[in-house]
Amino acid sequence: MIETIATAALAVNENLNIQKRRIENGRSKKRLSLVTGTHGDELEGQYLAYIVGSYLDEHIDCLDGIVDIYPALNPMGIDSITRGVPMFDLDMNRVFPGSKDGTMIEMLCSMIVDDISGSDVCVDVHSSNIFLKEIPQIRMSVPTAPALLPYAKMMNVDFIWIHDAATVLESTLAHTLNTRGTKTLVVEMGVGMRITKEYCKQLFGGIFNLLKELGMWSGETTPVREPIVSEGREVGFVNSDAAGIFVPCVSFGETVEKGDHIGDVVDPLSSKTVEKVDAVCDGMIFTLREYPVVYGGSLLARILQPASGGAEK
Amino acid sequence: MKKKVLYSLRSPYREQLDVIGFRFGHGKKSAAIVGAMRGNEVQQMYVCSRMVQELKKLEAKGLITEDHEIMVIPCINYYSMNIGKRFWAMDNTDINRMFPGYWQGETTQRIADGVFSKIQGYEYGIQLASFYQQGNFLPHVKMMDTGFASPELMKDFGLQFGIIRKPRPYDTTTLNYNWQVWETKAFSVYANATDVIDENAADEAVYAILRFLDKQGIISANTPPGYITKLIAESKTKQLRSEAAGVFKSRIEIGKRVERGDILGTISDPFDGETVSEIRSTVSGTVYFEYFAPLINSNTVCFKIIK
Ligand SMILES: [Zn+2]
Repeated sequence: MIETIATAALAVNENLNIQKRRIENGRSKKRLSLVTGTHGDELEGQYLAYIVGSYLDEHIDCLDGIVDIYPALNPMGIDSITRGVPMFDLDMNRVFPGSKDGTMIEMLCSMIVDDISGSDVCVDVHSSNIFLKEIPQIRMSVPTAPALLPYAKMMNVDFIWIHDAATVLESTLAHTLNTRGTKTLVVEMGVGMRITKEYCKQLFGGIFNLLKELGMWSGETTPVREPIVSEGREVGFVNSDAAGIFVPCVSFGETVEKGDHIGDVVDPLSSKTVEKVDAVCDGMIFTLREYPVVYGGSLLARILQPASGGAEK
Repeated sequence: MKKKVLYSLRSPYREQLDVIGFRFGHGKKSAAIVGAMRGNEVQQMYVCSRMVQELKKLEAKGLITEDHEIMVIPCINYYSMNIGKRFWAMDNTDINRMFPGYWQGETTQRIADGVFSKIQGYEYGIQLASFYQQGNFLPHVKMMDTGFASPELMKDFGLQFGIIRKPRPYDTTTLNYNWQVWETKAFSVYANATDVIDENAADEAVYAILRFLDKQGIISANTPPGYITKLIAESKTKQLRSEAAGVFKSRIEIGKRVERGDILGTISDPFDGETVSEIRSTVSGTVYFEYFAPLINSNTVCFKIIK
């Protein structure tokens, strides 16, 4: 059943509609919400929504409970290749929890929160941005980790990043839902404006495993991988100091040692290398820059260091 | 006056970005005035350029008080201004959501850090602010209620209204919030327009800032008499939102007093012209904001009224 969960009138002959599809079977009222499309330039979740929904349709007898799929929380953004909400140039993930009698976006955000609240688990799928590629990972803040970690481990991701809580992140959908008792996992995977089939399939496996663990799925599942958890490890940030074109010479997911050459920033006009980029620490490259043009400060890579006291150190 | 490059950033394809500051007087860091941080804040930059003119004259006449220094930064993000963008063109990030900044961080965090390190430690910080929606504002001054500085100080601007705002999570990365965290008494001055120049509002803003600096003993300036400022909490102002979408017409002028029930504007169907909504005031008071654009979506703030 397709349902419009929030709507607002636009100036000329059109409504902005946020829709979901409810797939339900059996007696259980357990509910998983699969949410994506908050950032209009992130598309990995679009394919994931499709494959999860179509597999459930084909094997509906194996489902006991409710799966709600929200493919596009920011439909105008996806439709116009805009990360934020196009009319306002506003990052929707900084407006939650919204407000019933607020501006249009605040009102839509509040309706979204009301609709998802009460799910047993919510999976909010992001795909980085157009600049960076990410290995499939789940991110959570330190205070939410005790509640979320067991579920995150069911999701077949490579990496779970537990980061410090920042005040500004209190305006995200995930923070809002977690605060209201709906366990929400934020997935980051792939790169903006593209679909990485391999990652979508990996997450697909994770979602059905999660459904099974929740007692909502009696169909087939495949074993999930054991994720690396960031606890007790440091993340090294490699930012450019020069402006130019970044050309990496390592592969995504590769393990490097501190000082290893990982790429160059070059200047096409002078034909000079303006910066030789080295690894800032030992570890695995879990974020790598995809978009070549860089300024001073542009993030080039993130490296996950081995556990402290580990053999490599 | 000393013109100084406060922060520079190289671009792969453009001339280097140089954030320029104008320094007046010597000694104690007394006031920093910041203009455009976004590419559409032309009025904000313009007001600062007018301040540079005024301060130059005062300095020549020796009217900047001994042991006081004033810094004016008309525009941080002129890169975006030159190409018709609002935010940082490369990644669409907002410099005014990057404070206090981080020198090893992303590009706009580095810009924020570079600028903030130069405008930190002033006793007063004045930012020429804009609103994210198209509209006209009665010139007013706003302050974030962080418990650090007294809202009473807003009265020294002599604008009609001083508004106190409770900070929300997303405010914690703005310049004004961080100024206060680092013990600068920070104010936002709204000079009506954003992407066009409104001379009258610019005059008002310039006089208000001069009046404020004069009251703090930083300069001695003759300005036209100001208002006795009414201080009000933002939560106590009334916002009227559109209940329909279409072609918007305002029927009032900002600054006008309205009574409860008065029609402030209408919304008509964009195709057949039928009136679809009348926007009536639900309170009596002074209109200090009106939406200004031909088209309007539903749930859009179209008027703000101070009761
Ligand atoms: Zn995202």
